[in-house]
Amino acid sequence: MTPYVVLSSILFTIGCVGVLTRRNAIVVFMCVELMLNASNLALVAFAKQNGNLDGQIAAFFVMVVAAAEVVVGLAIIMTIFRTRRSASVDDASLLKY
Amino acid sequence: MFVLAESAAPLVQPTSADGVFTLLWLVIALPLLGAAILLIGGPLAKGRLDKVAHLIGVALPVLSFLLSLVLFIALLGRDSDNRQVGQHLYMWFEAGGLKVGADLLYDPLSALFLLLVTGVGSLIHIYSIGYMEHDPRRPRFFGYMNLFVASMLTLVLAANYLGVFLGWEGVGVASYLLIGFWQYKHSAASAAKKAFLINRVGDIGFSLAIGLFFVTFGTTDFTTISANADKVSEGTMTALGLLLLLAACGKSAQVPLQSWLLDAMEGPTPVSALIHAATMVTAGVYLVVRSNFVFDYAPHARTVVVIVASVTLLWGAIIGCAKDDIKKALAGSTMSQIGYMLLGAGIGVAGYPFAIFHLLTHGFFKANMFLGAGSVMHGMNDDVDMRRYGALSRAMPVTFLTFSMGYLAIIGFPGFSGFWSKDKIIEVALTQNWVVGVLAMLGAGITGFYMSRLMFMTFFSQKRWADGVHPHESPAVMTIPLIVLAALSVLGGVMLAGDWIVNFLEPVTGTPPEESPPIPALMISVIVVLIVAVGVAIAYYMYQRQAVPRQAPQDVSFATRAARAELYGDQINDVLVVNPGGHLVNGLVQFDRHVVDGVVEGTALGVGGTGSIVRLTQTGFVRSYALSLLAGAVLVVVALLAVNIA
Repeated sequence: MTPYVVLSSILFTIGCVGVLTRRNAIVVFMCVELMLNASNLALVAFAKQNGNLDGQIAAFFVMVVAAAEVVVGLAIIMTIFRTRRSASVDDASLLKY
Repeated sequence: MFVLAESAAPLVQPTSADGVFTLLWLVIALPLLGAAILLIGGPLAKGRLDKVAHLIGVALPVLSFLLSLVLFIALLGRDSDNRQVGQHLYMWFEAGGLKVGADLLYDPLSALFLLLVTGVGSLIHIYSIGYMEHDPRRPRFFGYMNLFVASMLTLVLAANYLGVFLGWEGVGVASYLLIGFWQYKHSAASAAKKAFLINRVGDIGFSLAIGLFFVTFGTTDFTTISANADKVSEGTMTALGLLLLLAACGKSAQVPLQSWLLDAMEGPTPVSALIHAATMVTAGVYLVVRSNFVFDYAPHARTVVVIVASVTLLWGAIIGCAKDDIKKALAGSTMSQIGYMLLGAGIGVAGYPFAIFHLLTHGFFKANMFLGAGSVMHGMNDDVDMRRYGALSRAMPVTFLTFSMGYLAIIGFPGFSGFWSKDKIIEVALTQNWVVGVLAMLGAGITGFYMSRLMFMTFFSQKRWADGVHPHESPAVMTIPLIVLAALSVLGGVMLAGDWIVNFLEPVTGTPPEESPPIPALMISVIVVLIVAVGVAIAYYMYQRQAVPRQAPQDVSFATRAARAELYGDQINDVLVVNPGGHLVNGLVQFDRHVVDGVVEGTALGVGGTGSIVRLTQTGFVRSYALSLLAGAVLVVVALLAVNIA
């Protein structure tokens, strides 16, 4: 049990640090996916331990949401890149006070 | 001071109208029709009615008078204990327990008022044909006058207090419209406003009284209230009496609501004669006498009535002594004479008939003198300053002779109508309380002085006419009403013959107690005549033997200055009501502007300020949002852990 949770925590932390530190939007995006899958791993592991399917169903929901998010997110990144010739998240900072 | 009258018998239940009495409603409807034709039809006809407007305006009140006369004769034909006629027209309105019918009550009291209002009213309408001849808005004038007559008749014919209130407000509106008839004059417009506003103060008293009547008796009908009057506590009756007195003070220009009457002289002179001398201003006296079933059970309220009346009768008389404006001098005199009537009414059962008697004779001689003053003004190019009159007795013989009849009547020259009526009030006052009686006698002396002053300055002494003024006698349409009113001023006293008026009014006002004055009645008459003679003699010495200056002298005593300023009535109002009211309103405005608006604007400012600081966290950097998200998540986890561990 413990190795799954430890692996999940490591993956989540990597994803988290990546989101906070990297500027390239594609990389940030990948890191978000990493965090989502880390949580999926934890959910499945706990489901196995509890002996029911609740965690696995939640994991499926996360995957569906992640797929939808990829569609929308990649489209946005594409559009921004086309107009600005840049995929840096720091450059896209016009929507502010 | 005042004992409860034993004869506070309830009113007789009125019999329902039959025969000629079914036409009672027409007395009101006729002048109302005239008002409708002239005020609504006139503008619709676009001036085509103007040629006949004055004929319509005169014909309908005259018809109303003829009908009143027929009704009066029919009433005299009945037994004295069967002289109450009620007419139920329709249910006016119903609200919960409050049922108010449009009911009329024709009894001896309203019968006398009907004759006075329609009779004197018709004469004044006829006079107005001549007086208002050159006014382009004469049709409208007659419309307003007819409206007034209709409202006044409603006031005196209504069988319940709400009906009286309807007429009461109606005459108030007509008075407002007619005082401000020449509204392009600033003084007339503001005088109308002043009269209207001061009357509102009195009307508060009336409306509260109506409410209290309804709460106490469940109705506002006179007969029902009077039948149950003995079951109500004296405190309630005193409250009702004082509220009705407040109403009467407003309408009848009694202290402390007196200051509008002199300004009301800005209206055309026939208006002053009809509304502000003969009829409307006496409505307060009517109200008190009509409410005798209240005042009989409220001796304290009657004491207040007597005090107010005594103060006013001297107050008005003193003002009358110093005014150079002939109409304002007469207005002061009106105040004073209404004080006499109210004094009679305040004394109670013994005084009611004499209050009404004096009201009627005053209606004759004061209308006569006001119309006479109008005739003088007509001949003097509308000048009202008596200091520019003088020696008019030759130039205007008819006006002079008719005015003299009114003059002799008001000062109480033996045999003239005013002699009988005023004497009776003084006699009754002296019987009840010698202080009040002596004040009334003193008032009679001052009346003698100021009326003689007016007489000498206008018709005698020397010519002081302004350049280019050629006094001339007025046309017959104006002098004939003067002659009729002069005849009434002389002969009005016959109503007292054989105590006719006392017996006639007995079913309404009750049986007077058998009391005799402390000194013989004849002695009182002699003393009053002597006091009046002294007043006349002083006026003769000051205004006939000495030359009257054309400019009012300025180096005069304090008393004269005070009387010229109407005993500082306006200033007292300013200090007591107007200025504190203004300060209160200003304070409220400041409170609203600074406190209420301050809270609202402060809240908005606080929210806006906080927002402008907090929005700085919206940097636009996605990663900083992610960091704050993380911080939040860590905080939640830490909090959960902390709760679990604790």
